[in-house]
Amino acid sequence: MVRAWRRTHLGSEADRATFRALHSASLASPALREGLTAGSAERSIRHLRALLGTPALALTDTAGLLAWDGTGQHHEARVPVLVTATVERGGTRSFDRADLPCEEPGCPVRTAVVSPLVVEERVVGTLQAFAPYPTAGLARATDEVAQWVSGQLELAELDASRRRLMEAEVRALRAQISPHFIYNSLGAIASFVRTDPDRARELLLEFADFTRYSFRRHGDFTTLAEELRSVERYLLLEQARFGERLQVTLGIAPEVLPVAVPFLCVQPLVENAVRHGLESAEGVGHIRITAHDRGQECVIEVEDDGVGEDPERVRRALAGDASLDSVGLGNVDARLRNAFGDDFGLVVETAPGAGTKVVVRVPKFAPGVHP
Amino acid sequence: MTSAPGIVAVVLVAVATLAIGTWGLRVSRTTSDFLVASRSVGPRLNASAIGGEYLSAASFLGVAGLVLTFGSDMLWYPIGWTAGYLVLLALVAAPLRRSGAYTLPDFAEARFGSRRVRAVCSVLVVAIGLLYLYPQFQGAGLTLRSAVGAPTWVGPVVVGAVVLANVSSGGMRSITFVQAFQYWLKLWALLLPAAVLVAVWYADGRPGAAAPMPAEEWSAPLAPGGGPGLYVTYSLVVATFLGTMGLPHVVVRFYTNPDGRAARRTTLVVLALLGLFYLLPPVYGALGRAYAAELAASGRSDVLVLELPRLMVPGLLGEALTGLVTAGAFAAFLSTSSGLSIAVAGVLSQDVTGRAWRGRRLAGVTAFRVGAVVAVVVPLLMALAAPHVGVARAVGLAFAVAASTFCPLLLLGIWWRGLTDAGAIAGLAAGGLGSGAAVAMTLSAAAPAGWPTALLEQPAAWSVPLAFATMVGVSLATRSRVPAHTGRFMVRLHTPEALDLDRG
Repeated sequence: MVRAWRRTHLGSEADRATFRALHSASLASPALREGLTAGSAERSIRHLRALLGTPALALTDTAGLLAWDGTGQHHEARVPVLVTATVERGGTRSFDRADLPCEEPGCPVRTAVVSPLVVEERVVGTLQAFAPYPTAGLARATDEVAQWVSGQLELAELDASRRRLMEAEVRALRAQISPHFIYNSLGAIASFVRTDPDRARELLLEFADFTRYSFRRHGDFTTLAEELRSVERYLLLEQARFGERLQVTLGIAPEVLPVAVPFLCVQPLVENAVRHGLESAEGVGHIRITAHDRGQECVIEVEDDGVGEDPERVRRALAGDASLDSVGLGNVDARLRNAFGDDFGLVVETAPGAGTKVVVRVPKFAPGVHP
Repeated sequence: MTSAPGIVAVVLVAVATLAIGTWGLRVSRTTSDFLVASRSVGPRLNASAIGGEYLSAASFLGVAGLVLTFGSDMLWYPIGWTAGYLVLLALVAAPLRRSGAYTLPDFAEARFGSRRVRAVCSVLVVAIGLLYLYPQFQGAGLTLRSAVGAPTWVGPVVVGAVVLANVSSGGMRSITFVQAFQYWLKLWALLLPAAVLVAVWYADGRPGAAAPMPAEEWSAPLAPGGGPGLYVTYSLVVATFLGTMGLPHVVVRFYTNPDGRAARRTTLVVLALLGLFYLLPPVYGALGRAYAAELAASGRSDVLVLELPRLMVPGLLGEALTGLVTAGAFAAFLSTSSGLSIAVAGVLSQDVTGRAWRGRRLAGVTAFRVGAVVAVVVPLLMALAAPHVGVARAVGLAFAVAASTFCPLLLLGIWWRGLTDAGAIAGLAAGGLGSGAAVAMTLSAAAPAGWPTALLEQPAAWSVPLAFATMVGVSLATRSRVPAHTGRFMVRLHTPEALDLDRG
């Protein structure tokens, strides 16, 4: 019964061989997707050898051995020579007994097939299969496996560059204290130097603290308390410039101050609110910042009563259209989604002439998120 | 019997609670006097809030009733309920805060990186929450019957509706100020009448207990020969000492502390506040033995605190004092059941009602409201179906389940690298099923006295070691499953925040 079931469901011997090969490949791929390192080579090589069925297999980078699986480890010393020879030629090569001198009787490592691993047209390492006899089949199989490994390594490269892009965006945001803000703040401070030197000194210190926080190098996350402190400094400096024209109301539930939030996720929203609520409109601008405790999550709202915005333009800004002048809106949205999942993107409520309200939801706990 | 002071007290508490909630929400200022740093919740305020949420109907009504009926060995209840925070202070408070977890399932997920352990923990949180909510509703029934003269079922239904309305409308969020207010209200609501009653007792010529307990019953824990009495005492001590750390509404409050050090300071203040509060219920119990022995005889000992002022001081003063204790009792079940409903509804909305169900998914607020309905209706039905279990006893069962499940998980998870996800699940299952079965037996039927009943009514003394042994044993057998990030997680848990090092 069991056998009959197996035959019908798992197919012929050839089918099963295919399944085994695919399974080995799927086991090897997670490690390889981390890139070519000693650690990832160590974890994937067992499955790669199962795929090729050779007595010994080696993975190398262009300098030397990363991992060896199977028998005949006394040949490890010869590996760099094979690497150099293959990298020079740039294609799959086979080596015979003359290249692999061996004293041990019965050692299965007599010949080798070495294929280069190529990522973006650059050789990053080699795959070396060792066998007692050279066969065309082994050469072909080694070549194919090497190409598959190269494919996985290229995907790893892609992942890494996506991550680098994200980090670069945060760095850009950190450096994105706008020149206008610096110019205007220093101008406002200068105007107090004679009339109110004490206030000028305090403002300068606030300015120093604000820039120190914004240029901070380490950590992707901070606490809401830290973030709000920076917002507070920013608003003090803006108030020095706008005076009574800028009215700020804050309502912060103290329970949510320890929540971990992405670094610089509120400050750009406040900067937007000041810009849209005040700079482009006459008269007094009101800005309202609230943070509520909602059980498992915390809700932060930044609201202004300025000129508002066309919802379609906001949608494009959130989708990543950099030509619009909403400072970091798309960036903040992307980082929130990246950290907490797609449920936690920015929500923007706006219409021309009706002000703007940006709502940020942050879960109190998310795996891997620490301030 | 007039019901006016009771109604006035209940309405006043409700209004004051809502007023502080509104005021706390609207602390809005302009930037000039806004300092984020000075606004974070300090240890003293946070400790008052924990006290407000923690001191439930069992503490306010149950302890005095137990002392009235069973005598001084019932003092283990208040001692255990306080000492639980000592264990929490020494072993759990700071590391738990540093883990960044908001709920117990969060901690499990952070420690093991496993959705499966998280799911088991969520089930247990809901079970413990419901078991703890049930006596709160029961206490509500007692309070309203005693204060207003309503039938027993009215109290749970009215309170269930009030809590549900509050929780789902977004009022009564676990706002720190409201909960802190509830603590001080409860303290004064017991302290002032107690002072008056003790004065009356002194003026009456210090009468002794009307019907003194036999000596061996009074000293049952130390009685020669041991027997079930000694076992019950030890079991109670284990359950209450170790169960506090597994209560869902207590754990979430620790998240409000800015860091691990503040968490420890908060726990220390909680110890002092609870120690102060628990001095009072035994006073009522002792006075009750002199003045209200017939309450114990008629099986209504849980209303002792509410009835005693009226029995001892006739006239207007007695009515006023009755109003005050009624207000305190109302605050007790309102704050505890709100905090618990929020904790249970939060877990339900995150792990059950907020999940995709046949391709559809409830939005966050709707999921939370559905969770709140479940969290209120289920214990409400339990309270209506099984009104005979004593308030403090039912709470004791919730403690036993918490001690048999989350205590091993937290202690081993924080202090032992070797704990694996498989070990955690096995231990939670062993402790949860063992204590859970005992609870189900106790709630469903009144068994004959003797060893089997003692083992079922107080399961902690065997279910807690069972859970510990299972966790350690299975973890040792599955040593290869120790999560890869354990070392880094331990560094995060045990290094003070002030230390500048890379926590990954």
